[in-house]
Amino acid sequence: MGIEEKLPAGVALTTVEQVVGLARKSSMWPATFGLACCAIEMMAVGGPHYDLARFGMEKFGATPRQADLMVVAGRVSQKMAPVLRQIYDQMPEPKWVIAMGVCASSGGMFNNYAIVQGVDHIVPVDIYLPGCPPRPEMFLDAVLKLHDKVQNTKLGAHREQEITETEERLLRRSLPLVTKD
Amino acid sequence: MTVTEDYIDASGGDWDDVIEKAQGTSAERLVVNMGPQHPSTHGVLRLILTLDGETCTEARVGIGYLHTGIEKNMEYRTWTQGTTFVTRMDYLTPLFNETAYCLAVEKLLDITDRVPERASVIRVMLMELNRMASHFVAMATFGMELGATTVMTNGFREREMILDIFELVTGLRMNHAYIRPGGVAQDLPPGAVGKIRELLKEMPERIGTMRKLLDENPVYLARTKDVAYLNLPGCMALGITGPLVRASGLAWDLRKAKPYCGYEDYEFDVPVSDGGDVYARYRVRIAEMEESLKIVEQCLDKLQPGPVMIEDAKIGWPAKLALGPDGMGNSPDHIAHIMSGSMEALIHHFKLVTEGFRVPAGQAYAAVESAKGELGCHAVSDGGTRPYRVHFRDPSFTHLQAVAAMCEGGTVADVIAAVASIDPVMGGVDR
Amino acid sequence: MSNENERDEAAENLPDQLGRERLAAPVRRTGMFGARTSGDTSGFGGLQVRGSAPAQSQRPFTDPDDPRTADFDRVADDLEAALTAIGREAEVERVEVDRGEITFHVRREALLELVRVLRDDPALRYELCTGVVGVHYLEDAGRELHAVYHFRSITHNSVIRVETTCPDADPHIPSIVSAYPTNDWHEREAWDFFGIVFDGHPSLTRIQMPDDWHGHPQRKDYPLGGIPVEYRGATVPPPDERRSYT
Repeated sequence: MGIEEKLPAGVALTTVEQVVGLARKSSMWPATFGLACCAIEMMAVGGPHYDLARFGMEKFGATPRQADLMVVAGRVSQKMAPVLRQIYDQMPEPKWVIAMGVCASSGGMFNNYAIVQGVDHIVPVDIYLPGCPPRPEMFLDAVLKLHDKVQNTKLGAHREQEITETEERLLRRSLPLVTKD
Repeated sequence: MTVTEDYIDASGGDWDDVIEKAQGTSAERLVVNMGPQHPSTHGVLRLILTLDGETCTEARVGIGYLHTGIEKNMEYRTWTQGTTFVTRMDYLTPLFNETAYCLAVEKLLDITDRVPERASVIRVMLMELNRMASHFVAMATFGMELGATTVMTNGFREREMILDIFELVTGLRMNHAYIRPGGVAQDLPPGAVGKIRELLKEMPERIGTMRKLLDENPVYLARTKDVAYLNLPGCMALGITGPLVRASGLAWDLRKAKPYCGYEDYEFDVPVSDGGDVYARYRVRIAEMEESLKIVEQCLDKLQPGPVMIEDAKIGWPAKLALGPDGMGNSPDHIAHIMSGSMEALIHHFKLVTEGFRVPAGQAYAAVESAKGELGCHAVSDGGTRPYRVHFRDPSFTHLQAVAAMCEGGTVADVIAAVASIDPVMGGVDR
Repeated sequence: MSNENERDEAAENLPDQLGRERLAAPVRRTGMFGARTSGDTSGFGGLQVRGSAPAQSQRPFTDPDDPRTADFDRVADDLEAALTAIGREAEVERVEVDRGEITFHVRREALLELVRVLRDDPALRYELCTGVVGVHYLEDAGRELHAVYHFRSITHNSVIRVETTCPDADPHIPSIVSAYPTNDWHEREAWDFFGIVFDGHPSLTRIQMPDDWHGHPQRKDYPLGGIPVEYRGATVPPPDERRSYT
């Protein structure tokens, strides 16, 4: 019927969005942002037992300028917050952020003067990964979820439409199990 | 960025600008900022280095980037909940933190002698396993920072074996909150002893592999021999303890000098070296791991059936947990006892869980020989159910003061080796 | 010791017993559950909690039944002799032996001389100082801020505690960095968290908090600083603002 039927063997059709997504997700270069306990688990994921290299992500770079994923692993203190933002700003677009562990996600058990209550106060976060610290398997799961997100990210006008739609959906969703009054 | 006749301060700003400015001045010294986000600084440590060519003429350390307010946060939680906080301080030696804290609380409660024998043996066993895990990470990160990836992957692989045991025993890989005032949270699960015996069989070979990889490795020797030298008077003045002081020739080990948790009943040696350099510290650490294996083996032989939590209904939490149908740890016997057996027990349980136990007013200092040195816990009580103040004397915090003494006059590459040989963990430094 | 006796001993630690001993002490705090107004209907509103009088131990400090105290008399004698030699024996206000630990409460004016003696006197030889701990006793009027030092002798395998105080209004304590360089960072930390000014410290700056931070966060009059946690419209207050037992 369409062009698909006329294709020789070994050729597949897809969208530009999917190709770009595939390229972006298949070789992510994380910028380590190891802060506390979670950083050790993150390093364990890089080790032979869990082997992050299976997902093309073993190049844990130190330079933010050659990275597209920031894994905020650990509690972010008020003193560290400006440093974190500076590193994030130095990363080129497109970039993603995983908030690893409850401290990075929400402040966790440290609800006090010293700790930023969630790294989303400073940088936009794509994946919140709970756990204290999350198991390496959980980290791998977060990575896979992020890959899925990256793969299916739309481009250009579609992206703008996607953002508008998500925003509306979030505004309209009926959430509370608990209400204020 | 500032440029004077004397030095160029290159902290922040663009490197191109630095080069341009440097060409227009006769200044010889360059001030660079290393960290707090740098792969070779062992976490969020900040080093401000003054360089004269390749030579580091001044090294200053900035810390506090991981300050968590744990000590203050503990003042708003019960004494038992405190273990959950302290375990997250030095996250590579969580069981030492817990033990130091629990020893201090037990001293305050004056129940040190009433902690069950089995609990003490379990504590010692887990601490020694933890010492090995911590030393493996020390070597792994050291290797990684010098660019030896094999050392890093090996270290983390070996550590994984120990973490499997931790997970089996405590339920968590890190941040266990397993050691509690009065004993430990629950008994060893079935199969734990067998698994630890397996580890004991396997581990000597793994340590041997590490030794083969590093002991005589010419590249490793070149990077570590006579690097970051610190002699014994220097160690004493700077308050350095642990593997660092033992690598400078003093066989000082709290496990021998002031035994706690029954360490006087174990046979082991304190490895010493008089090299005072990075290599000597490595040799001490790896020898310590072999000694730890000996202690763990003796622990297994000493394990006798018995309670693991103090037999005092006012302090001891129910520690005989079983896996309930909902997948949560539960104690059917205890529930039956408090719900239908004894009204008093119900009251005790309710008070203990909601309010916590009261600790008589006073202060106590308890110290343990952590993998890094003397880990002291100073606990102050005002007679309430929550700590009035808890302070930890963390070895990493004290040891980082030695960075200037170790690095100044050496090359900038040796700064990395020096910092890595201290094995600081910023969670413990900043708390 | 039989089990019965141990139980009795534990019973002594109960609050009512401690309260009886402390009836002479000034009232430190009233009420329970932290209620400041008349909203406390628990009946505990009238509760009075008294602070303990400063404890002072009498000689002998060594309790033959407690091996932990074995060298306390010797240390106290040697310290007294050494201080008498420099004419500062009156600066040790009181000595407290508690739970197998000995504490020398010393006036801040003499702290530096005392630690020099501790370090240099051959009979004492406390080579290692494990740092200074700041403690803020809000009710201890006139001596709110305490600085607690632990000294460890490797030669004699002994540990002692030295405690000194300063009022909030005049938070100055001499620095002992000149005697124990290891206290450099420890004193900076105590300044950072408690606002104790260590006179003579080479560079007393903030160490843990950012340089532009206001206040000293681990003092008792500094709030914990948590924020209410929101979850689906409901909020949980931060730990220091929740109802709690004392």
